[in-house]
Amino acid sequence: MKQLLSVSFAVALLGLFAPAQAEDGIPVGEFASLTGPNASFGQAAHNGTALAIEELNKNGGVLGKQLVLITEDNRSTAGEPATIARKLISSDKVVAVLGEVASSRSLEAAPICQENKIPMISPASTNPKVTEVGDHIFRVCFIDPFQGTVMAKFALSKGFKRVAVLTDEKQDYSKGLADAFTKAFTEAGGEIVREQSYSSGDRDFRAQLTSIKAAKPDAIFLPGYYSEVALIAGQARRFGLKVPFMGGDGWVGSSLLTVANGALDGSFFSSHFSLENQDPVVQGFLTRYKEKYNTVPDDMAALGYDSAMILADAIRRAGTTESAPLRDAIAATKDFNGVTGKITIDPERNANKPAVIQTIENGKFKFLETVAP
Amino acid sequence: MVEFLQQLINGLSLGAIYALIALGYTMVYGVLRFINFAHGDVYMVGAFAGFYLAPWVGRFFPVAEGGGFSWSTTAGAITILLLSMAICAVLGVLIELLVYRPLRSRPRLTVLITAIGVSIFLENFGQFLFGAEPKYFPEILPDRAIEGVGELTITVNQVILLVATGVLLVALRFIVMKTRIGTAMRALSFNPTAASLMGINTSVVISFTFALGSALAAAAGILNAINYPSIDPLMGILPGIKAFVAAVLGGIGNIPGAALGGLILGVLETMVVGYISPMYRDAIAFAVLIIILIIKPSGLLGKAEREKV
Repeated sequence: MKQLLSVSFAVALLGLFAPAQAEDGIPVGEFASLTGPNASFGQAAHNGTALAIEELNKNGGVLGKQLVLITEDNRSTAGEPATIARKLISSDKVVAVLGEVASSRSLEAAPICQENKIPMISPASTNPKVTEVGDHIFRVCFIDPFQGTVMAKFALSKGFKRVAVLTDEKQDYSKGLADAFTKAFTEAGGEIVREQSYSSGDRDFRAQLTSIKAAKPDAIFLPGYYSEVALIAGQARRFGLKVPFMGGDGWVGSSLLTVANGALDGSFFSSHFSLENQDPVVQGFLTRYKEKYNTVPDDMAALGYDSAMILADAIRRAGTTESAPLRDAIAATKDFNGVTGKITIDPERNANKPAVIQTIENGKFKFLETVAP
Repeated sequence: MVEFLQQLINGLSLGAIYALIALGYTMVYGVLRFINFAHGDVYMVGAFAGFYLAPWVGRFFPVAEGGGFSWSTTAGAITILLLSMAICAVLGVLIELLVYRPLRSRPRLTVLITAIGVSIFLENFGQFLFGAEPKYFPEILPDRAIEGVGELTITVNQVILLVATGVLLVALRFIVMKTRIGTAMRALSFNPTAASLMGINTSVVISFTFALGSALAAAAGILNAINYPSIDPLMGILPGIKAFVAAVLGGIGNIPGAALGGLILGVLETMVVGYISPMYRDAIAFAVLIIILIIKPSGLLGKAEREKV
């Protein structure tokens, strides 16, 4: 009996570790930052993607086959995405790659997908350079020049004339969004009174905040990721720097509000979607997501969901998973009714979509307005 | 000038954290002649111990409403600090007992590589146990700016950090210089064989060294968390490496040297961020390491040791 138990245990273990059987299914690759400093991003996007794949498979799959999602964790670390993309393409033979949220990491995997002519769809990388890598790289979100302009106009409409900018030097996303904001803001008559920067992973921002405080700005534009944003805001408040912060979709992460602990109240940021949207597509997604994960989906989850749905839709329209027709089918996506709005892929392979401006009140996100492109 | 003074204060409070971690490196090196690379991760465990202890301790010593001074808040914070130091002391002793002791007679390189293994284990086990997400460290000592220092901004917790570091340093100096076990530590560091011939129980002394170093790392973890209240399982990597640089800068194996090295490194780093570019924040620490190894390998306060032939 004991022997039988241990044998069955060994068999179960084997099943656990055996690679996903892709022979009778369609292998889809995904790389995400499931651990490390940007784990919120990766986990949310992965949850969204996994939910989409599960729903598609429940409804009979695509082209009569089940989709098999092969997910790899890049630990929020530079260097990993390239290795993972090579592994997914050469060893798992995936038909397409879904990923990443952070632009710097998408930019690492993109050239490899492009070289191997495997379509890649990024859920939430907003830096323009990502899709410029080549004609096989797509995204389902808007890009930073648009997001930066939206926030610049919003800042002026709020009466912020003198703004300080604090950028994450290590992230292409942060630098790109800061440039876009600065350009739009100064063209519209605003003044950038101080520019400072930090690197992802820093914990001490007092040096930069000291310099910013000396410039006496009306507001601080902080286009970083939630992990640092929350800390910066907390330190600024204790430092006696009371002006509002403004930022972009990098703020969306489940630990933003808990770590900031009230320090971000009265701040503003642009993002992709709002749960307050009464569209049945959004509300249906919200209910199913809550059922499966017991938590509320954020922008990254919604975009992860949309990226998988758009891929499935393109495979259906192409009628095959061959690279060339699949690429053309993704490029031809028009008015796809996604959770994050109607998605049309433009000739530059970006999605043309409205942005949402949200504020933070009493430690909660609050929808303010939608800005169309 | 105000900005310069402000950066100096910022730098000293950053340096105090490096100093506390550096002491652990330097003590273990002094006694065992090897670098315990898992030390930075003990610092992380210290912060997490505080995170999980805070709600429990808060039941006995609630944090005062409004964030002003109160005996209850102070007692609570000190309890959390001491308990988490105790937990890490036990962890340090366990690591030494389970991992390093079986390897004591092996080449030093083997132990060094094992230390890196322990470090990777603690980081990944931490991610598994605590989750990879950054967590908000509860306000066990609500921070606020001190009024009446002109245009300078000094927060209460910055002062607490500097004072606590000073107290811990004096306590450590007392233990090492005035107590029996401290004398034994110094004897062991001077000549391990002779020390054991004189009847010193080397295993006990080594365990004590690990306990002391790990407790200081835990104190650094808590003091850091009350100033920068976000903790995650990978938070120990960079401070760990920088504290190692601080220990080398001051002269590895030398206790006042480690404290001095930490403060210098903290101030240097803050000045570089404030006046040159934050891009060089991490580069400066390693540039310092290279320069000191070229110019004065024994460190600022270290004595050059001649290899006996």
